[in-house]
Amino acid sequence: MKTKINPLIIITGIIIGVAAVALTAFGNPKNMGFCIACFIRDIAGTTKLHSAGVVQYLRPEIVGIVLGAFIMSLAGGEWRAKAGSSPALRFILGFMVMVGALIFLGCPLRMVIRMGGGDLNAFVGLAGFVVGILIGVVFLKKGFGLKRNYDVANLDGMVLPVVLVILFVLFFMAWPALSQYVADVKNGVEGAKNTTSFAISTSGPGSMHAPIFMALVIGLVVGALAQKSRMCMVGGIRDIVMFKNYNLILGFIGVFVAVLVGNIVLGNFKGFATQSQPIAHTDEIWNFLGMVIVGWGSALLGGCPLRQLILAGEGNGDSAVTVIGMLVGAAFAHNFALAGGADPGMVDGAYKAFKLSANGRLAAICCLIALLVISLTNLKGEEN
Amino acid sequence: MVDARGFSCPKPVLMTEEEINKNNPSELVVLVDNRTAENNVANFAMSKGYKVTHDREGRDFKLILSK
Repeated sequence: MKTKINPLIIITGIIIGVAAVALTAFGNPKNMGFCIACFIRDIAGTTKLHSAGVVQYLRPEIVGIVLGAFIMSLAGGEWRAKAGSSPALRFILGFMVMVGALIFLGCPLRMVIRMGGGDLNAFVGLAGFVVGILIGVVFLKKGFGLKRNYDVANLDGMVLPVVLVILFVLFFMAWPALSQYVADVKNGVEGAKNTTSFAISTSGPGSMHAPIFMALVIGLVVGALAQKSRMCMVGGIRDIVMFKNYNLILGFIGVFVAVLVGNIVLGNFKGFATQSQPIAHTDEIWNFLGMVIVGWGSALLGGCPLRQLILAGEGNGDSAVTVIGMLVGAAFAHNFALAGGADPGMVDGAYKAFKLSANGRLAAICCLIALLVISLTNLKGEEN
Repeated sequence: MVDARGFSCPKPVLMTEEEINKNNPSELVVLVDNRTAENNVANFAMSKGYKVTHDREGRDFKLILSK
């Protein structure tokens, strides 16, 4: 298939890359200007679906991305409430994609951002991601398909944008008290107390964030651009393999180049290495397998976590269910110690590496088996 | 006719490909319900040597492929 290049995809990739570097410069954790998986996990934390104290914050980027896609699709006449395509399977696929991403420590978008930050572990992740997509493509070629969706009531297609806006407003109302509490804890004030109903990180990645409205506005822009350009990390690789179409991969490359250049310009780039990378670990087999799960699951879903947010903004109720599956998956990942963690780094003169928990390994293997079962049992499902 | 309404990509393209490979029709109508699929199917069909005419059917997109 001859590739028709849409320049918007390149522009979107570059803007996302620049935005990622900017968000980190203004407070987001390193190599985490964007991470759809991590940010949904943080939202699960602040709403107390899990109690991992270091990853609790309502990331405005997620609200912005969904809302940006919502507004752009309305403006472009593309918004349409649709749902009914194998919702329970999508929920569980979203759940597993999240578990895989949290084992690796990042969604495909953060994987690319980590690559641009010089993190070689992310290249191991990329290898797993490609393998996962290839497995997914084999099943797609054999006729794998989730069922058809149908027109539904407009309200059905608005659930995720509306819920996120309500959550954001509530969080924003609580923000003066929350930020006071965080400041008190950081200043060692005795008897510091969180008087709100939200949980909030006082240390760790969840405590690191760009200013709220900056994050929201950047999210809106990224959501709008990603909606218009069909930006998708999985789609890029899938389309090359299936159709020899190089359009979507240009977005992927745009993010990588923009992040790499941005990091070099800001003096953050210290060369490529595996050890001592920000919020990353060197347990490579699980970096690899975590991203196999993400690639495979996302290929079956028809899009990466970013794309699921965009589709949910466009009125797709099935993608909203997928996102909720990711939210619940994140809660399980932390409640049951399945998630990866950062390498502790240099301890007493020796490099101490993170090792994925037995629970995490078991969960990864279960996810791979479940993906195989789902793949095999939905072949030729498209005729209905 | 290929009715790919309710499916998101790559399914509509794969369904079109299967029909073309199986029957090599000189004319084929493909129905899709989103613009992404409309563009992808049109690009695919053109790469297979078809001329593509775009039409609407209610809120859905009707592609008439001919060669």
